[in-house]
Amino acid sequence: MKYFDYLDYLEAEAIHILRETAGQFERPALLFSGGKDSITLVHLALKAFRPGKLPFPLVHIDTGHNFPEAIAFRDALVEKIGADLVVGYVQDSIDQGKVVEPTGKYASRNALQSVTLLDTIQAHGFDACIGGARRDEEKARAKERIFSHRDEFGQWQPKKQRPELWNIYNGSIRKGEHMRVFPISNWTELDVWHYILREGIELPSLYFAHRRECILRDGQLLANSDFIYKDEQDVIVEKKVRFRTVGDMTCTAAVESEAETVEQVIEEIKAAKTTERGTRVDDQVSEAAMEDRKKQGYF
Amino acid sequence: MDILRFLTAGNVDDGKSTLIGRMLYDSHALLEDQMQAIARASKNKGLSGDELDLSLITDGLRDERQQGITIDVAYKYFNTPKRKFIIADTPGHVQYTRNMVTGASNCQLAIILIDARHGVTEQTRRHSYISALLGIPHFVVCVNKMDLVDYSQARFEEIVEDYRAMAQSMPVQEVTFIPVSALKGDNVVKPSGRMPWYEGKPLLQHLEEVPVTDDINYRLTRFQVQYVIRPKDDRFHDYRGYAGRMMSGELKAGDTVMVYPAGMVTTVTGIELGNRPLNETQAPMSATLLLADDIDISRGDYIFKPEQMPAIVNEVEADICWLDQKPLMQGGKYWLQHHSKKIQCKVEHIVYKTDIHSLQPMEGQPLLAMNDIGRVRLRLAEELCIDDYRINRATGSAILIDPNTYNTVAAVMMRVDE
Repeated sequence: MKYFDYLDYLEAEAIHILRETAGQFERPALLFSGGKDSITLVHLALKAFRPGKLPFPLVHIDTGHNFPEAIAFRDALVEKIGADLVVGYVQDSIDQGKVVEPTGKYASRNALQSVTLLDTIQAHGFDACIGGARRDEEKARAKERIFSHRDEFGQWQPKKQRPELWNIYNGSIRKGEHMRVFPISNWTELDVWHYILREGIELPSLYFAHRRECILRDGQLLANSDFIYKDEQDVIVEKKVRFRTVGDMTCTAAVESEAETVEQVIEEIKAAKTTERGTRVDDQVSEAAMEDRKKQGYF
Repeated sequence: MDILRFLTAGNVDDGKSTLIGRMLYDSHALLEDQMQAIARASKNKGLSGDELDLSLITDGLRDERQQGITIDVAYKYFNTPKRKFIIADTPGHVQYTRNMVTGASNCQLAIILIDARHGVTEQTRRHSYISALLGIPHFVVCVNKMDLVDYSQARFEEIVEDYRAMAQSMPVQEVTFIPVSALKGDNVVKPSGRMPWYEGKPLLQHLEEVPVTDDINYRLTRFQVQYVIRPKDDRFHDYRGYAGRMMSGELKAGDTVMVYPAGMVTTVTGIELGNRPLNETQAPMSATLLLADDIDISRGDYIFKPEQMPAIVNEVEADICWLDQKPLMQGGKYWLQHHSKKIQCKVEHIVYKTDIHSLQPMEGQPLLAMNDIGRVRLRLAEELCIDDYRINRATGSAILIDPNTYNTVAAVMMRVDE
């Protein structure tokens, strides 16, 4: 019997899930945030379907408050692998009056994404959306199935989850409903980094230590940008930082870091005293912040 | 490093979530922001000083925290220098047994918790029986809350005795008993000074060291097609790759294989992944197969070695766990999903329902209600290639789907009579 590393098992499981999605659905899509988890998903999808074309487009929900580095990376990746890209703009949802732009010091368009996402899903008739969420990220996510059903309102109903047995994935849905699919559910943050190292996966420069102007607010470092409302209490500092997760500029905090390579990032995470979600402003709202957003169709 | 997947099962309030919390806490697998969140929540619950409610680590849903129970499986991940662990923390409530089955179906080891004050209960019996039926090779029975019975050796031994007597009539393969107090930390990560009479290992050490019997059959070669890769561009004009996962056994380039239902024999000319050659593969790896002959093969079709034929069936007897509120009816029609193949089936006959108290078969039952376990005979609209679940978990398992609600309504463990 050949020896397989745990990364081999995780990879095999993820590829199996991606192929089940392509096999069971008419119009699947891969939700691409520009973060390391969705970049890893794209790498896994290429392994699953090459030399064929990816059987789904990449879908990006653009808050308009992105890191320029993330958008440049997205466009270069799409070009390189010859994938289709669908972009849903939060600005469109605001212009259509479906959502209201939040104002004030802590304003973020992060929560508005759910509306734009559901509209994009409906407009394109997507019946399955592949996402890079992991169960180790957050308590509500730890409860979610790999094939996670969404009703016609796009809601997750945590108390009505279908049993999910062995590695048999029930993708049966009605018209108007859709499935969220999470191929890397069983990966941890460190597993993703070890896999990135092993496979030589390229990432946006944001993930590695660089000098940047930051806003020091409530003990967190936010990248300084015009998207963030500042007042006299905010202190602007220049720091050597990197990002552990990459969301929109208003809700992703940086960590001070010296890690410039994947190896150094791995060492840093091993020694870290907080989880990566600790750098997400959007999760600090309440004990059930993620559960509440997921029920409304969030990623 | 290898992976051990285990579940914790037991009655409501037996302390499953606390046990996991204790394991993560004492092995320093929790980080500062998680600890702070737990400390905050513990204080909100009215605990004094720096007392921590460790169960708050796993109970993720608002309702769960409010009611103090686990409704759905929570998955937790941690590792020690010796192993990577995937924990399925499963609900104790009878009402949520279906979620316990979800958690158990992928596990190699089951931790069954028993409250030292209450001893073996109906839920202990149910969870043990389901875990055994699902073919989980290793059991660890943790007699918890030893602090509430004065760390009594006599009480521990009494429960061990009771459990052994009960397990006699179950297909349990291996059981280890450990007296613990999840609340106080005895014998979870650290050995307990309060139970000198216990000479075994603490729980975590046992989990690190138990030789893991795999749930994969490495002998019988079985592959099922999930997706056919056809690039249809000039460079790969005639390329047809059969994408799937090795369900069991192994395969290398040059092997002779049979394709079903086409019934044709052909040669594997290449095995690859992501357009890179592998030349050989083994369960449970994903791969893409290239075959010598142009055969009609689509999603759900089977590939195996002709000298190791699976059972090809259009009628099958199976043990099932019924998971839906709407009962299973004799004569009912469902979809049966055998991994990548979905067909129609009919429940021809309910052979028996298992009485959960006596574990004896009860014949002449018209239906199986939610959380019932029984044996049924299914008639299939198309042939399946299967093995007995007890020999090959991958090819012997299936689910039933309600054709109206699309819910997953049963776990199916198929049997092949010699």
